[in-house]
Amino acid sequence: MLKFPIYLDNNATTPMDPGVLEAMIPYFTEKFGNAASRNHSFGWTAEEAVDYAREQVARLIGASSKEIIFTSGATESNNLAIKGAYEMYSSKGNHIITVTTEHKAVLDACKKAEKMGAEVTYLSPNEDGLINLSDVESAITDKTILITVMYGNNEIGVVQDIPAIAAIAKKNGILFHTDATQAVGKIPVNVMEDGIDLMSFTGHKMYGPKGVGALYVRRKNPRVKVTSQMDGGGHERGMRSGTLNVPGIVGFGKACEICQNEMAEEAVRLSAMRDRLEKELLTIEESYVNGNVKHRLPHVANISFKFVEGEGLMMGVKDIAVSSGSACTSASLEPSYVLKSLGLDDELAHSSLRFGLGRFTTEEEIDYTIDHVKTAVNKLRDMSPLWEMFKDGIDLKTIEWAEH
Amino acid sequence: MAYSEKVIDHYNNPRNIGTLNKEAKNVGTGLVGAPECGDVMRLQIEVDDATGIIKDAKFKTFGCGSAIASSSLATEWLKGKSVDEAIQIDNMDIVEELALPPVKIHCSVLAEDAIKTAINDYRVKQGLEPIVDDKKHY
Repeated sequence: MLKFPIYLDNNATTPMDPGVLEAMIPYFTEKFGNAASRNHSFGWTAEEAVDYAREQVARLIGASSKEIIFTSGATESNNLAIKGAYEMYSSKGNHIITVTTEHKAVLDACKKAEKMGAEVTYLSPNEDGLINLSDVESAITDKTILITVMYGNNEIGVVQDIPAIAAIAKKNGILFHTDATQAVGKIPVNVMEDGIDLMSFTGHKMYGPKGVGALYVRRKNPRVKVTSQMDGGGHERGMRSGTLNVPGIVGFGKACEICQNEMAEEAVRLSAMRDRLEKELLTIEESYVNGNVKHRLPHVANISFKFVEGEGLMMGVKDIAVSSGSACTSASLEPSYVLKSLGLDDELAHSSLRFGLGRFTTEEEIDYTIDHVKTAVNKLRDMSPLWEMFKDGIDLKTIEWAEH
Repeated sequence: MAYSEKVIDHYNNPRNIGTLNKEAKNVGTGLVGAPECGDVMRLQIEVDDATGIIKDAKFKTFGCGSAIASSSLATEWLKGKSVDEAIQIDNMDIVEELALPPVKIHCSVLAEDAIKTAINDYRVKQGLEPIVDDKKHY
């Protein structure tokens, strides 16, 4: 039985796995202790739970538990990694390399670092969303202290060649940070094999709770340190003060464990459903996939339906929760900067929908989505003046539009 | 952001979708907006030569639900009005009728511009001076 609305926005957030909730519950009431209370059993119980979760988180990414710094989420982790590394290493140099398609948490942290004296190079990706390794290499200067490139993109799902980029960083003695928020728990991510020095990720994109995330900070080859951005009791090896969110951390740990057990099978299942959805939707005339389809997260499809505006389209499929690169959803009236970075016309960026499948997505939901998106696109094209002009053979680029 | 019931009604049951013969002397066409801005409205009026009354109005819109609703409502209001009455339609009337939130006011502005552009197209075809829009939305 289909239940409405259908949730296909798992890149925004995921529902919590029931097993995660079950693991968390005792830590709200009976086991409520402060993990930093060293002198009674309430504290010890909490500390044990945190230690166990730290192991679960570390294991998923091939790290040692001592390398996990718990934070409030990926935004905080990105801030701590970028601004913290800049502050820690600015005596060595002030140059940071990143990419225009990063999440705002990375871009805005870089902007803040610029205000503190950093120089930032923003690399442009190719039109499939991948960056050229040669661009990374040629951007490096003797002042470069940090390269930060996201693992899997939140809008188009494109997965960068992280091991190769990390190797370039290492060869040049530069730290490498990746925002792996969308990748961890979805595809194999291993900080040792990939050569990652700093990595941000979060619980709520992998069926864990909101409000808890982690920064992986390498301890050996090289030993990495970041300057704390939150000062206080010296928690988390002095890099992130603040009483630990014990129930959240327990849930995050459990979520990591479940992902580790189910990821391989889940990726196969979700990519099969995603591919079917995509193949069916691409039978619609003038529809295009955004981003590289080979190097991509298994659960994401970003498709532009030309001559139809994204927000209008979402209204036509109101039983299905998706997201759009259309400007109408934002106050700025600017369409997605990620899609624009790929060199997409604004018009195509306005016409995009992002489908994010998840652990609880069913085949029936995909059937319904295929059906209803097709119907809505056709309905909106029937009322689109652009579609009519296209069908009449008018090149829209030759028209002088009265911009408002 | 939730849509008002009236916006949803116009979106689900748009009034007067279609195309009039833009070459006809008694048809005025207004094409406003731009694809890269995410909104394009085409609004057309057909004026009765004898009475000066707008006897038909059609639209096609590329845009969000509020843009579709604004143009759909505009065609409804235009039909039966004289050209002189039609020119009085103000975007804030549309905002009020559809309960558009502030972020969607530009949809109503676009609809008003489409009306004025269509009327001017008609006037020029009739050998009249175009009306200068004192609100200057551009």
